[in-house]
Amino acid sequence: MSDILTMVWKESKDVLFQGGWKSLIRPLFVVGIMGIYLPLQFGPQWVDLTPIGMLLLLWIPFFVIISFIGDAIAGERERHTLETLLASRMPDRAILLGKIIATVLYAWGMGVLSLLLGLVLVDLFRTQGNWMFYPLDLFVVALVLILLVSVLGASAGVLISLRVATVRQAQQILSVGTIVFVFGVTFVLRAVPANVFSSLSYAQFLLIAMAVLAVLDAILLGLALVSFQRSRLILS
Amino acid sequence: MAGPIIRTEHLSRFFGTVKAVDDLSLEVPAGIVFGFLGPNGAGKTTTIHLLLGLLEPTQGQASVLGFDTRTQADEIRTRIGALLEFAGLYERMTAEDNLDFYGRISHMPAAERRARIKELLTHLDLWDRRKDPVGNWSRGMKQKLAVARALLHHPPLIFLDEPTAGFDPVAAATLRNDLASLVAREGVTVFLTTHNLTEAEKLCAQVGVIRQGKLLTVGNPDELRLRTGGPQAEIVGHGFNDQTLALLRERPEVANVALHNSHLTIELRGESKIGPLVSLIVRSGGEVEEVRRGKASLEDVFLTLMEEENT
Repeated sequence: MSDILTMVWKESKDVLFQGGWKSLIRPLFVVGIMGIYLPLQFGPQWVDLTPIGMLLLLWIPFFVIISFIGDAIAGERERHTLETLLASRMPDRAILLGKIIATVLYAWGMGVLSLLLGLVLVDLFRTQGNWMFYPLDLFVVALVLILLVSVLGASAGVLISLRVATVRQAQQILSVGTIVFVFGVTFVLRAVPANVFSSLSYAQFLLIAMAVLAVLDAILLGLALVSFQRSRLILS
Repeated sequence: MAGPIIRTEHLSRFFGTVKAVDDLSLEVPAGIVFGFLGPNGAGKTTTIHLLLGLLEPTQGQASVLGFDTRTQADEIRTRIGALLEFAGLYERMTAEDNLDFYGRISHMPAAERRARIKELLTHLDLWDRRKDPVGNWSRGMKQKLAVARALLHHPPLIFLDEPTAGFDPVAAATLRNDLASLVAREGVTVFLTTHNLTEAEKLCAQVGVIRQGKLLTVGNPDELRLRTGGPQAEIVGHGFNDQTLALLRERPEVANVALHNSHLTIELRGESKIGPLVSLIVRSGGEVEEVRRGKASLEDVFLTLMEEENT
C-alpha cells in the first residue's frame, strides 16, 4: 500500500499539479461549466438529479481524465523516465494502480466539487431562500457513478497509454474512444425496446448502470494489470 | 559478500536472429569499478537489462548479489542503484522531490531521506539548487543528480550505463571526478558500461570488452595491455615516409609500426633500446622532435581487439 501511495504522491507532483495554474485551466473550465453554468441554468431542477443532470455529471471524469491519463505510461516513455522507474524496486501493480488511483481521485474530486458548487449556487441564487439538498440516495448514487466512470476512463487511458509511443497519440485515441463510447451507449439504449425502460424505475435503471460500469471497470483494470509487464515495456 | 557480486554463465539474449548477448560468462568481484567496454550496439545495455531482471535471458543464467536474475529480480532491484541510458529524472519536479521519490520507493524513513539528500546534494554542489525544477538544469547537473539518486539508498552495487555519453570533455571530466570521489567514499561496486576508453582507463580496476554480444576479453587494464600489446615508442617529427616504415619493420626488435600524421608509433618486442631506431629514422631523412616510451593505451588494446575480431 505504501508503494501505491508513493506513486500517487509522485503523480500529484509530476503530472496533476505540475504546471501550476496553467495545468488547472482545463479541469477548472469543466468545473465552471458543470458546477456553475449548468446548475444556474437548470435551477432547482438541478438539485433533483434528474437523468439529464446525472448524464451531464458523468462527463466530468472524461473531460478531466483525457488531460492527464495519456501521460501515465506514454509520458514516462516519452520523457525517458520509464526505464529508470522499471529498474527500481517499485512493484508493477503499485506503478499501475498508483497512476490510476491518482487520476481517479483527481477526476472524482472535480466531480464532487462540481456537485457541491452547483448545490450551493442553486441554493444561493435560484431557490428564493428555500434551502434544498440533493436527495440523499441519488447523491450517493451520483458519487458512486462518477467514481465508476473515473475508474473506467483511467483504466482505458492506462491501457491505451501502455500501447502508444506518445502522450499526444494517447490523448487522441482516448478522445475518439470517449466519443465512440458515448455514441455506443446511446445506440444500445435506443435499441432496447421502450417497454423495458418503462418497466424500470429510475433507481433500478441507475443500479443496472452501476453494475454494468463496475463489470467494465473490472475488465479494463484486469486487462491493464495483465498488460503491464516490465520486459515488454523495456523493449518498447 | 564472499565471491563475485555479479556472475553470468553462458548468458544469451536473442531478438529474433540478432544475438544481442551471446554466451557471456563473466565474474565481477565486489568493491571495484568494472568497465564493460564495447562499441555502440555491442550488447552493453542489453546485458544491464538482463542483470536487472528486466529482460529474460534466452539461454544461460546470471546472479547479482547472489540473487538469480530470473527468479529473484525484485530482490536485485531492491538492492542496486542504476543510472541507465537516460538520466530518468522528472523534469517538472524539483531536484529534492526527484530524490525524495526514489527514497520513498526504497522505503527510507523520512528523516533518513532528508539527511541523505542533503549529504549527497551538498557533496555534489547541488544543495542550493534543490528547489529548482530539474528541467531548468544543465545536462551535467542532471547527470550528477542521477548519480546521487543511484546512490541514495546506500546500494552495494550500482549500474552506470554510459554516464558521460554526449558530454563535452570538460563536463565529462567533472562528472568523472565527482563519480570517482563518490564511489570511493561510498565503497560501492560499480558496473560501468562505456565506449569512452579514457573514462575506463581512469575509473576501472577491471574491464571486459564486448562486441556483437560476445565477450572478447576481461582483465585489469595493465593485463590487457600486456596481452594485446607490448612496450611502445612514440616518435613525433617530420619527413617520415614509406621507406622509414619499411626500414623499421625490418628490425628484429620492432613488432609493428604505424604512422598517424606526424606520430610514429612503434610496438617493440621486449624492453628494446630506442636509440638505434631513432638513428635509423634520422638516416632515412626523418626529423625527430620528440621521443616517448610508453605502454599501449586502453584504446590501442580496444582497437586491436576489434581488428582481431574483424579478421
